[in-house]
Amino acid sequence: MLYREAGQFKTSYQKDQQIFPITQDRVFVAIILALAFGVVPMVGNDYWLGTIFIPFLVLAMAAIGLNILTGYAGQLSLGTGGFMACGAFSAYKLTTAFPDMNIIIVLIACGAITALVGILFGIPSLRIKGFYLAVATLASQFFLVWLFNKVPWFTNYSASGVINAPPREVFGVLVTGAEAHPEAKYLFVLSLVAVLALAAKNMTRSSLGRNWMAIRDMDIAAEIIGIKALQTKLSAFAISSFYCGIAGALWAFVYVGSVEPLAYDINRSFQVLFMIIIGGLGSILGSFLGAAFIVLLPILIKNAPAFLGLSMASDMVSHIEAMVFGILIIFFLIVEPHGLARLWTIAKEKLRLWPFPY
Amino acid sequence: MEILNTIFVAPFIEIASYPTFFFEVLIGGLLTGVMYSLVALGFVLIFKASGVFNFAQGAMVLFAALAFASFLEWGISVWIALPMTLVVMIAVAYLIEKLVLGRLVNQEPIILFMATIGIAYFLDGFGQTIFGAEIKSINIGIPDGTWEIGGMLIPEFDIVAAFVAGLLVIVLAIFFQKTRVGRALRAVADDHQAALSVGIPLTTIWTIVWSVAGIVGLVAGIMWGGKLGVQFSLSLIALKALPVLMIGGFTSVPGAIIGGLIVGAGEKVGEVFWGPAIGGAIEDWFAYVVALIFLLFRPQGLFGEKIIERV
Amino acid sequence: MARKAFGDVILKAENISLSFGGVKALQNISFEVREHTISAIIGPNGAGKSSMLNCIQGFYHPQEGTITYRGKVRRAQKSHEAARNGVARTFQNIALFKGMSTLDNIMTGRNTKMKSNFILDALYFGPSLKQELEHREKVEQIIDFLEINHIRKTPVGRLPYGLQKRVELGRALAAEPDLLLLDEPMAGMNIEEKEDMCRFILDVNEEFGTTMVLIEHDMGVVMDISDHVVVLDYGKKLAEGEPDVVRNDKDVIEAYLGVSHD
Repeated sequence: MLYREAGQFKTSYQKDQQIFPITQDRVFVAIILALAFGVVPMVGNDYWLGTIFIPFLVLAMAAIGLNILTGYAGQLSLGTGGFMACGAFSAYKLTTAFPDMNIIIVLIACGAITALVGILFGIPSLRIKGFYLAVATLASQFFLVWLFNKVPWFTNYSASGVINAPPREVFGVLVTGAEAHPEAKYLFVLSLVAVLALAAKNMTRSSLGRNWMAIRDMDIAAEIIGIKALQTKLSAFAISSFYCGIAGALWAFVYVGSVEPLAYDINRSFQVLFMIIIGGLGSILGSFLGAAFIVLLPILIKNAPAFLGLSMASDMVSHIEAMVFGILIIFFLIVEPHGLARLWTIAKEKLRLWPFPY
Repeated sequence: MEILNTIFVAPFIEIASYPTFFFEVLIGGLLTGVMYSLVALGFVLIFKASGVFNFAQGAMVLFAALAFASFLEWGISVWIALPMTLVVMIAVAYLIEKLVLGRLVNQEPIILFMATIGIAYFLDGFGQTIFGAEIKSINIGIPDGTWEIGGMLIPEFDIVAAFVAGLLVIVLAIFFQKTRVGRALRAVADDHQAALSVGIPLTTIWTIVWSVAGIVGLVAGIMWGGKLGVQFSLSLIALKALPVLMIGGFTSVPGAIIGGLIVGAGEKVGEVFWGPAIGGAIEDWFAYVVALIFLLFRPQGLFGEKIIERV
Repeated sequence: MARKAFGDVILKAENISLSFGGVKALQNISFEVREHTISAIIGPNGAGKSSMLNCIQGFYHPQEGTITYRGKVRRAQKSHEAARNGVARTFQNIALFKGMSTLDNIMTGRNTKMKSNFILDALYFGPSLKQELEHREKVEQIIDFLEINHIRKTPVGRLPYGLQKRVELGRALAAEPDLLLLDEPMAGMNIEEKEDMCRFILDVNEEFGTTMVLIEHDMGVVMDISDHVVVLDYGKKLAEGEPDVVRNDKDVIEAYLGVSHD
């Protein structure tokens, strides 16, 4: 009754192609954005902002990146962590080599560098497909992390091995480093993610996105109708790595405060992969839902025993976490392989009919 | 120029100067390689029979090892612990088939692959919840000393492991080629629908396959666990089995062996002779990069089936 | 049965031989196709018809013989280059992109005419949107023509077989080809669907002058709509000519036709 398209006629193709063609959707999204930008920074405390929202947003960006590569273009990748590391370390080198460079330029640059690395490691995808490619991406994952660990140039020959992200400002407000306020950091990350998510959505609904999906669905047929597999696959690797690189840099600069290789190991790659499986492959919304899910789940698990009045050793928590992850992945794959995004669409479909049953 | 010397010249000179040492390292690597092959074998079995890329093989190895080690710890004798663990692994296989694979029968391979990642995570967590996370040792009387052959020191343990692995491969080969069940497995691997239509019970077959893989995993787990102690890093070893499969081909038993040998030997030799120059710990990525380069020239691995795509 | 005036020879196959390993798919096949005509390649299963189509299109490269298209001898080229020659095709086992909607599938048919620049695409408004709308116009015309407006947003994986074949035709048409290759376009269809498909094929030929080569098993269809028939059997050419001539050819009757259909 409330959620209907009746009366909303599209009089032009442009209107038909909008991201949110239904007015109610537009209102809903506007409300969410208003809340995100306006209310949360006011109301949220440091814990929520710093330990929940910021990692959620940063990982959502990584999830968007991986979704472009795996969900839209069909190239299975287990190298997300490695690319994030690439972004973090190149951002570090850039900020230390060019102290006057604006942080936004730094981020774009580190994204571009990671995109080049992504293209390099994406070249094998032309001959290697499916699981083989997944295993090949492990090569990039392990090699890159090893590289950043072993080659001292990346850490500026730091003796302790701990490299702190230098403080940087945007419009005069500190957004990175230990001194920055959580609200500032949050708004900074939120703005970046909002802009880049919109860009991603635009790309996926353009001919570029269609080419990606065509390669994913039937790469031979795609080539036969004229889509260049080489360019399409490499563009997916490049753009995906761009996003993952920036996410990696943000993780180090805004969230953790220092660049630690451990944050980008194979577990990170799995984590982001789980996000897009649970959230929904081939869906920008899904990337957000999946990221939210994966970020909130450990907190739920950690607090559940206390809630229930039991006490549990902390390493037990991580074991239970692993078990729950495993079960959830399997559950989603059985029940709804298209993830939370599809569940969301189904809910909206039902809402169209509400309050009638059908 | 320094770099060129370090990579293309110096290591070879070193190898030439210390041939016995080189062979020692080589053989050590080959023996490790055999152990990789053991893990890879489990993959191949499952992939051959059901087309599922079982990412959980490593977790199964770890789980089997954990179970076995715990049984030993609880004072159960080896001869009872062994069949007990076997029963556990078969139960695991059955449950995997019933709860997971059975429900994903018509899905694309990628979905099945991701499901096995889920299984891997679950088994990791579950194993450590039940059996505890401290390092356990597996001591079943495999000799621990070293033999001296031609001036080289070879650990006895590795020789026993290689022997056991070889035995296992022969048993499996006979099983596949000569028995009815083996034939049925090969039929299923070729074409599920066709196998069903001649009356081969898919569910039973898959349970059998996963059980066999579980047994192979157990043997691998005991061997690796005995060598390194049972700990979480065992599942990282399993990750190492992936380059083995890439080189050998996912559907080939001999490929798993040869791939394992190549990876094991390559890693060790690479680490010892090239490692110090570039910073060490090459073993982290060496196998993967080699496999990657290999795949570029031969995407289906040494012995894998050529992927023919038609429209 | 001429529609537009028969044009010059647009496609010439000369002494085409194709083998896969030990299997000889095509042996010394030669024939010509004139512009604006509808030609049919017929023959029993396994005769090599799809392989011939693949050679014409450029996806397979015959070991011997030449394909001359518009006077130029076809060189071995990459799969995606063949599409830019003005040759489009449909597939025997539908090769649609199951994860996308009808509209998107047909839009992919326009890919050779669209430029893709990721920065402009990311911005959306501006040149990218302009290009998108331009091509959307064309695609909507095709959707109108094929009467599939009602399913334009449906993911093609959910469509019934007959409609999927129609969408695939749409995708091929979107490329505005000079030569359209149709591999069993009416397989698995009932009478009404076949009549619809015939109507579309004839309309396309009449309105746009597109040359068509189709593989088809239904003799009634072949005899009704084609101007020119080539008969293959076991990789060899049995006969070639107008439908009536071919239908009465002794070799063809023996090998293939048996009793003529009505």
